[in-house]
Amino acid sequence: MSIEVKDLKYIYSPDMPGETTALDGVSFDVTEPSVIGIIGQTGSGKSTLLQHLNGLIKPTSGEIYIDGECITGEKKNLTDVRRKIGLVFQYPEYQLFEETVAKDVAFGPKNLGADEEDIDRRVRHALELVGLDYDEVAEMSPFELSGGMKRRAAIAGVLAMEPSILMLDEPMAGLDPQAHRDMLGLIKRVQQEMNSIILFVSHNMGDVAELSDRLLVMNKGRIVMDDGPHEIFKRRDELSDMGLSVPPIAEIAQKISDKHKDFESNPLTIGELADDIKEYRKTNR
Amino acid sequence: MIRDITLGQYYPGQSAVHRLDARTKIVATLVYIAALFVVNNFWGFLIAAAVLFTVIGISRVPLKFIFRGLTAVFLIIAFTFIINLFMVDGRVLWEWKFLSITYEGVRRACFMAVRLVLLIIGSSMMTLTTKPIELTDGLEKLLKPLSKIGVPSHEIALMMTIALRFIPTLMEETDKIIKAQQARGADFESGNLLQRAKALIPILIPLFISSFRIAQDLALAMEARCYHGGEGRTRMNQIRFHRGDAIAAVLVFAFLGVIIASRWI
Repeated sequence: MSIEVKDLKYIYSPDMPGETTALDGVSFDVTEPSVIGIIGQTGSGKSTLLQHLNGLIKPTSGEIYIDGECITGEKKNLTDVRRKIGLVFQYPEYQLFEETVAKDVAFGPKNLGADEEDIDRRVRHALELVGLDYDEVAEMSPFELSGGMKRRAAIAGVLAMEPSILMLDEPMAGLDPQAHRDMLGLIKRVQQEMNSIILFVSHNMGDVAELSDRLLVMNKGRIVMDDGPHEIFKRRDELSDMGLSVPPIAEIAQKISDKHKDFESNPLTIGELADDIKEYRKTNR
Repeated sequence: MIRDITLGQYYPGQSAVHRLDARTKIVATLVYIAALFVVNNFWGFLIAAAVLFTVIGISRVPLKFIFRGLTAVFLIIAFTFIINLFMVDGRVLWEWKFLSITYEGVRRACFMAVRLVLLIIGSSMMTLTTKPIELTDGLEKLLKPLSKIGVPSHEIALMMTIALRFIPTLMEETDKIIKAQQARGADFESGNLLQRAKALIPILIPLFISSFRIAQDLALAMEARCYHGGEGRTRMNQIRFHRGDAIAAVLVFAFLGVIIASRWI
């Protein structure tokens, strides 16, 4: 599987007052299974980019290839595109509508034309994948679930379409700490299971550091950095200029090196920082 | 697609028309609409159209923008035109089975179409050049005398403000829900009428739920800021008449006079 984006441009309401360039020449490609974090200030074009990849918005110019197939050309059958790429919107719990959770999760596969038996299998599998108990929730109304469970049910609705590429727009927004941890676990689990490409947008640098193999930093409709999280979080001043920050753990490492000049660490997780401190104490005994 | 509807939208600007008091514009629009119904020949419409295009010229709202709003109601205009074309008795011009077009029918159809177009453009000029908030403030002031006889003028104005304020919010919400369901493979474009109507359920239910949620949040936010109705409420922006409004008022009534006179041309 692969994604190839070439010089994508998109202008909102052209020739009208309030014309804005949302994407201004975005290019990148992904060729191997990985988790890719997208960060950037509000209005930097992250959500617009995800919607393009799912064929929900037609670009003003530029091309997108999924598995080598162009999805931006004329008269493309977009159901095929959406079969391959799942997109979980921001606050996906607001799109739940069916009488029962099982029916809601089945909405996607049904639209793809799967048969009854296959739909049942997909629903069970998707609910299990997001950590909901089928027997418990299947016949419940989605509106009876708690906030975090609603969101997981909505994500199950996309996973049931069994996409080979998954995109999530701020999947952690507005969750309590427990639901937040569950969501991190969910993304890791899905990645292991699907072994595919996962793109996600987040404003939480800690999550981004923990999950991503690679980071895209967007600013004013452009991708300004495209690198591994270690490399990107080294450029703290540049990030700060764009209204972004580094993960809390990197802040702590910075505070330590302010006091101990020869201490050097560029951690993404608590474990990495602990190792660096151990190493430092060994050499400075 | 939903974004393209310009009917009832504000076009930011600094022209003389924009600067007029909202009350002047509301009354002027009402007079203009009344005038369109006074007109009984094409000369009257010619005058009304000339006046309208002068106002558009002064307001500097691009014609393209105005006509884009018109396309949304094109169906209604076309429908009235066709109904009138076939329904009026008189001198027959063309006949086929039970259908017939008469000279009077053609005249009436054109007449109605012109009236509708002027009506729509005329009233959209008011909303295009006045901020929704100014519009409802103006309306509240205009209705104020009626509150003596029990008309809840403040509540009416508030309801209008809220409705106008939430049009873009709900449009955005609808757009988002449509996209989210499309991402789950929903198809709104194919199938017969019944299938298409059924396809709307996944949009309507979430939309209803969010409207209730938004309404509840708004009510709480208003109560938290001690909203208790219109009694004794003051405003941050006081609206006042200026010299321009006096000139506009004179012009509006001169226009009404000319239109009434045009009946005897």
